[in-house]
Amino acid sequence: MTDLLQVKDLHVTFNLPEGELRAVRGVDFRIKSGSTMALVGESGSGKSVISQAIMGILPKSAAITRGEILFVDPLAHGEITDIAQLPPNSQAMRSIRGGRISIIFQEPMTALSPVHTVGNQIREALELHRDVRPEESEDIMLEMLRLVGFPDPAKTLKTYPFELSGGLRQRAVISMALICRPALLIADEPTTALDVTIQAQILKLLQELRDALGMAVLMITHDLGVVANVADEVVVMYHGEIMERGTLEQIYGAPEHPYLKALLRAVPRFHMEPGERLIPIREIQHGDTIKQWAERGANGGASGGDGKARPTEQAERPLLSVDHLTKRFSIRKSSLFGAGEKEQILAVDDVSFSVRRGECLGLVGESGCGKTTLSKMIMRALTPDSGGIVFDDGVQALDLLSLRGKELINFRQRIQFMFQDPFSSLNPRMSVFEIISEPLVIHDIGTPAERAAMVEELMGLVGLDRRHLRRYPHSFSGGQRQRIGIARALALKPELLICDEPVSALDVSIQAQILNLLKDLQNSLGLTYIFISHNLAVVDYIADRIAVMCRGRLVELAPRATLFKNPTHPYTKALLAAVPEPDPQQRLDLTALMQGRASDPAAWPEPYRVDGQRDLTMVELEEGHFVRASGEPGPVAVEV
Amino acid sequence: MLRYTVNRILGMIPTLIAISMVVFFIIQLPPGDYLETHIAELQAQGEKVDPDKIEFLRKQYGLDKPLYEQYAIWAFGLLQGDLGYSFEHQLPVNVVIGNRLWLSFVVALTTIIFTYAVSFPIGVYSAVRQYSIGDYTLTFIGFLGLATPNFLLALILLYLANVWFGTSIGGLMDPEFVDQPWSWPKVLSVLEHLWVPVVVIGTSGTAAMIRRLRANLLDELQKQYVVTARAKGLSPIRLLLKYPLRLSLNPFIADIGMVLPQVISGAVLVSVVLDLPTTGAMLLDALKSQDMFLAGSFLMFEATLVVIGVFVSDMALAALDPRIRLGGGATK
Repeated sequence: MTDLLQVKDLHVTFNLPEGELRAVRGVDFRIKSGSTMALVGESGSGKSVISQAIMGILPKSAAITRGEILFVDPLAHGEITDIAQLPPNSQAMRSIRGGRISIIFQEPMTALSPVHTVGNQIREALELHRDVRPEESEDIMLEMLRLVGFPDPAKTLKTYPFELSGGLRQRAVISMALICRPALLIADEPTTALDVTIQAQILKLLQELRDALGMAVLMITHDLGVVANVADEVVVMYHGEIMERGTLEQIYGAPEHPYLKALLRAVPRFHMEPGERLIPIREIQHGDTIKQWAERGANGGASGGDGKARPTEQAERPLLSVDHLTKRFSIRKSSLFGAGEKEQILAVDDVSFSVRRGECLGLVGESGCGKTTLSKMIMRALTPDSGGIVFDDGVQALDLLSLRGKELINFRQRIQFMFQDPFSSLNPRMSVFEIISEPLVIHDIGTPAERAAMVEELMGLVGLDRRHLRRYPHSFSGGQRQRIGIARALALKPELLICDEPVSALDVSIQAQILNLLKDLQNSLGLTYIFISHNLAVVDYIADRIAVMCRGRLVELAPRATLFKNPTHPYTKALLAAVPEPDPQQRLDLTALMQGRASDPAAWPEPYRVDGQRDLTMVELEEGHFVRASGEPGPVAVEV
Repeated sequence: MLRYTVNRILGMIPTLIAISMVVFFIIQLPPGDYLETHIAELQAQGEKVDPDKIEFLRKQYGLDKPLYEQYAIWAFGLLQGDLGYSFEHQLPVNVVIGNRLWLSFVVALTTIIFTYAVSFPIGVYSAVRQYSIGDYTLTFIGFLGLATPNFLLALILLYLANVWFGTSIGGLMDPEFVDQPWSWPKVLSVLEHLWVPVVVIGTSGTAAMIRRLRANLLDELQKQYVVTARAKGLSPIRLLLKYPLRLSLNPFIADIGMVLPQVISGAVLVSVVLDLPTTGAMLLDALKSQDMFLAGSFLMFEATLVVIGVFVSDMALAALDPRIRLGGGATK
């Protein structure tokens, strides 16, 4: 195999108002033709800057200050081009860009223009680089769309990007990048924004296309699981420099550099020992503030006041019971003629479960499965169409749906919410102090002095420096902001904390920090969590019991260990099979994905199939392990 | 889409009816009517007023009828294209404003074209070359235009036009063409006079539009799809025209409904200073003297322009942006 691309001693510098930022500092690597190389690193490590340098699409403020990017085009008889020397908008560079080297991006939602059809945007790429007649280009496009797995390519050409689902959009982006049959495809976090089942399909597709088209792939990712599944060679970056490089076996089998070792230890894996802790690269320092806070909380706390003791017997009654909850959304479809008929979408369909005091219930499912709608109904932000929610603090059982006015406002202190996006969930115009103390102000708790003391304590609780209280959110990193979000959620001393994808926007090492913090807080404060995530490994690490949702339905509910040992529902199986493990020995079994039909309830085998004819119920297979099926699941379940 | 169009057109009817009621009753709000104002004026000048003649006039104009009946007469007249009778000018409203509306429209349309023609290239340039010397210079000139009072600029330009080109002061044409039938020299004379009000009225709008286009475009230039298009190998100019510029147009199209009436009514002061035979100054007089039918016609005319303009911009948006066309009506 020959080298397709050689990067030699590459330096990229950003000229920013606050000074020079050396984003890439002396990077060397080579990509062999026809192979996949993975560039791994956390955000800010400079991996995306390298891809931009190769494509000649660096931002205006950035420049290549030293080094070479040698591209050997197999079509041009091995002629060597130094991309670093080409002006980015020159004709030579433009013909390489998109023609010989293509790129796909992380966000399929925004990577396509919303006002041009998919066909228009693909055709543009094709006609820029290849001299084809319109009829020919039509055929080439249809062939490429079929290759990336569109069921009806001719129709796809006329659709707009917003009419496609995330997975299909990413396929459209891929077909646009590959329409000119490039020699090198750069995939910049191509699956980070997608669900695991879709991710597995896209990874499989990329691998098949690589072999079919004989191109090389430069995979840029922070996900060590993805790397283990696709890469031949790996380069690990940190702060603009290469920490370690090698073949896949070397990297995972015998990691040498401390950074890489630390990174591998920070990733949650299946089959972790019970009680095994993730080791983040930097542990959060919160001293014994958690213990002090816990003790103070037992003495009544701010919300209790009269010191009504929590029942010590920890009654068998669950803290929260959700009973046959159903929610429909109606979508008004305006058609060309005829009345705008209403289409009903079943967002949550007959979901029942309970959460015990002090446990963590993991709620897993792909986007659009109704997990967020469910949590919003528990928060009383949405009103269910039918069903009931009972909150039982051991003293009295409250019917949440019947709470009104003052009762409801008081009740809101007891359930708090933690959001996914650390950037948009904090008001940029409020200081950290204002953000954390706002819940206290709303519920009129304490004097200003008491509030100030409490906020300081909360900062300590989540391991942030209390001297930073006057700062604004923008001066904190994503992980720190998420900790501010935790502090805000804890300010009211809630009993139940609903965490909606709290770590999915974070880097691996930061994710480990936050997960550990949540675990510590739960243990010391006796909190109860509903932890929503699409990442099974994360849920496996933090949850006691796991509920799997698909298309608004709860399909399987089991204690953590049982679910992983004996997944029964076809959707659960597909979900488990789709998680890429950071271990090259355990590559994805792509046949279990049911060709992307795993999340289609009509395609599930008996007795799980949903056909609208029979009523499916939650059947108990073994102690605490429920699956949604009609009658007895029969022999399928027993086979382990 | 067809259904949406029909719905929108049907929706305009109640809107216009409501507007006509509001217009009518607001004009009637001050105590008295045109005749009383007129009598007071005559008496102040020491003239005798014949009560019989007043009574006759009152009957003839229907001013003795109850308000709702007056409104009904007016509204049905409007439907048949009869705008009523102007007390002040002693002529049917159609005759009074016919020529003026037409000239107003010419001035407004030219002004809009001028504004777009000047502000688009400058706005695009400022956005693409953000923080360059050119950006700063053009922005500065734009702010000058925004900050200079229109009437001042009008006087200066009038003076310069007179001194340099010998254009007659004020009006939209040379005095000898006023009230003459249209002829080729008259058109030339109009063109010769037209540029002053167009530049005066246009400059302030131009500056605002440059700023907005620049801001919109800067937003769009940050978007991911721009990077995608660059990564395809598109040339910078084609990229700019096809993607970000197209998307930054939405707010402008949404504004069409507001632009027309703004240009027409916003130019009152300028048309007074420049003595333009447009509608602005006449509307002011009609309102002062409670010339009911004249004022009502003007106000209805502007309201209709707004309603139609908003309709046109909605349609244009739907045609240009598939997200609106195809995603419309999907609510949660």
